[in-house]
Amino acid sequence: MAATLPPPRLLPSGDSAVTVEFSRTIDEDANQRVLALDKALAASPVDGITESVPTYRSLLVHYDPGKIGFDTLGEKLLALASQPLPPATTARRWRIPVAYGGEHGIDLEDVAKALNTTPDDIVARHVAGDYKVAMIGFTPGWSYLSGLDKSLHMPRRQNPRLLTPAGTISIGGIQAGIQCLAAPSGWHLLGRTPVRTYQLHRNPTFLTEPGDRVTFFAIDHKTFEEQDRAAEAGEIVAEQVVA
Amino acid sequence: MSRLVVASIGPASSVQDGGRLGAQRYGLTPSGAMDRLALAAANCLVGNELFAAAVEIGPFGAAFTARDGAVRVAIAGAPRNADIAGRPVAMDTSVTLKDGETLTLGFARGGAFTYLAIEGGIKGEPVFGSLAVNARAGLGSPYPRPLQAGDEFTVDAASGAPELRIELPQPSSGPIRVVMGPQDDEFDDANKALFLNSEWKISATSDRMGYRLEGPAIKHLHGHNIVSDGTVNGSIQVPGNGAPIALMMDRGTSGGYPKIATVITADVGRLAQTSAGTAFRFKQVTMAEAQDEARKFAQLIRNLPDRLRSFDAVELNIEALQDANVAGYAVSAVDAGTWQVIAEP
Repeated sequence: MAATLPPPRLLPSGDSAVTVEFSRTIDEDANQRVLALDKALAASPVDGITESVPTYRSLLVHYDPGKIGFDTLGEKLLALASQPLPPATTARRWRIPVAYGGEHGIDLEDVAKALNTTPDDIVARHVAGDYKVAMIGFTPGWSYLSGLDKSLHMPRRQNPRLLTPAGTISIGGIQAGIQCLAAPSGWHLLGRTPVRTYQLHRNPTFLTEPGDRVTFFAIDHKTFEEQDRAAEAGEIVAEQVVA
Repeated sequence: MSRLVVASIGPASSVQDGGRLGAQRYGLTPSGAMDRLALAAANCLVGNELFAAAVEIGPFGAAFTARDGAVRVAIAGAPRNADIAGRPVAMDTSVTLKDGETLTLGFARGGAFTYLAIEGGIKGEPVFGSLAVNARAGLGSPYPRPLQAGDEFTVDAASGAPELRIELPQPSSGPIRVVMGPQDDEFDDANKALFLNSEWKISATSDRMGYRLEGPAIKHLHGHNIVSDGTVNGSIQVPGNGAPIALMMDRGTSGGYPKIATVITADVGRLAQTSAGTAFRFKQVTMAEAQDEARKFAQLIRNLPDRLRSFDAVELNIEALQDANVAGYAVSAVDAGTWQVIAEP
């Protein structure tokens, strides 16, 4: 199988970055190859590459054109991408508490209506999911998750909100998300977590890494307030499950 | 130690440097100066590292007062009137503020961002190697937000080094050059041509995150939703309404709209310095040309110290003038506090 992996597309992103695209759609195999290429670059650094940014389906590689040109870099990336995937390693798993609905999840009822069911049922389906951090992006710590139950797939909002709260747990299209900072969003807001996936002056500053597994569990709003204070003081709050 | 106090300052002004690199994989945007050449030129004038932190001053005016001693500074970037108590200060020069003196800067005359570098740099606590303000992420030091009147910097006392000017190449007024992609295949030839052949203006609602472009609506081939992927400074994404947005230094690290083209590194600062409402065009270049320009741009910045000029050259000219028996007039032209005017290129 390893020998038959199709090569990724090399898409120029200006003169100092290249997008190594494995798929146009959200695809678990493509994401694995993205993360594998990212790891391969970390293991055997290419002179001139300044940083790499994994996303669902592509790896954005920033580089210094004063050190390496597009063509040479492209060849090296294609060679690395054609390597067989390393055997799957056991990923870290995070259990993330979420206060669903009410002021913390203002779209929960509308989502339930749109899907002809009850808010409790939406929560049950969301909690039942086994997710993977496919990428982190847009704003610090915003973790994009693959693995959303098909029955929860729905288009993003027509009118994105200009500001959604820190800690928002939301769904959009076929994706689920953990949002860390207050930010604009067109996704549907199901709840909020006290967990900070990004917190300055905490060790670690960033909690999640691409490839981590995630599950959610419901907490009441009073517990949210308590954990939110603890998290503000620097506690991680999320439960890490070591396999 | 002296202090430099922000006596007044307009919006969109903040501490910026070469940017915060290495954490885009966690969604941490690099931020950094909108015009890297101007940042480097200002720093070069006061002997700082070229990408040290400086004050990025937005399109409106600002004033800075030296306290507890003299402070040596330099200004480069978008041109504006500047003076110390009515004594003009030229762009692209260094100047020393005596204790209590105030440097006053007017509105940008063309362009948007002017850099005030302080000799010895800005003191702060770097995060991921940078003091650059990223207000949304609560980052930046000494103030993790845009600057306000009353803010102050603890700075080195002025060294007394002779003042300098820097001879920068005349900025190009040509089109903003782009490399097509990464998602130019989400647009048909007619819409790519429309993008490349139209006149564009930057909307007044633009900011350090992105410059919204006003012009014809660019239509997508397959709709405007793509699976989010990575962005760079100068990515030109086209959202659903067809009005392109050039992503700038405070961009999200990923985005879910097709990116039709990318501004070349050498021209990102020029785009940043294009004032709202000014008409401009894009021009497609090849990857080879873009990378050649990027290397030349990096070399221009690296070699900025070679472009420093002392004011002694002016003095020599005055000696020549004295020899030519027109001394009285020439000498008064520099002595009467108009020194800086003579240095203006």
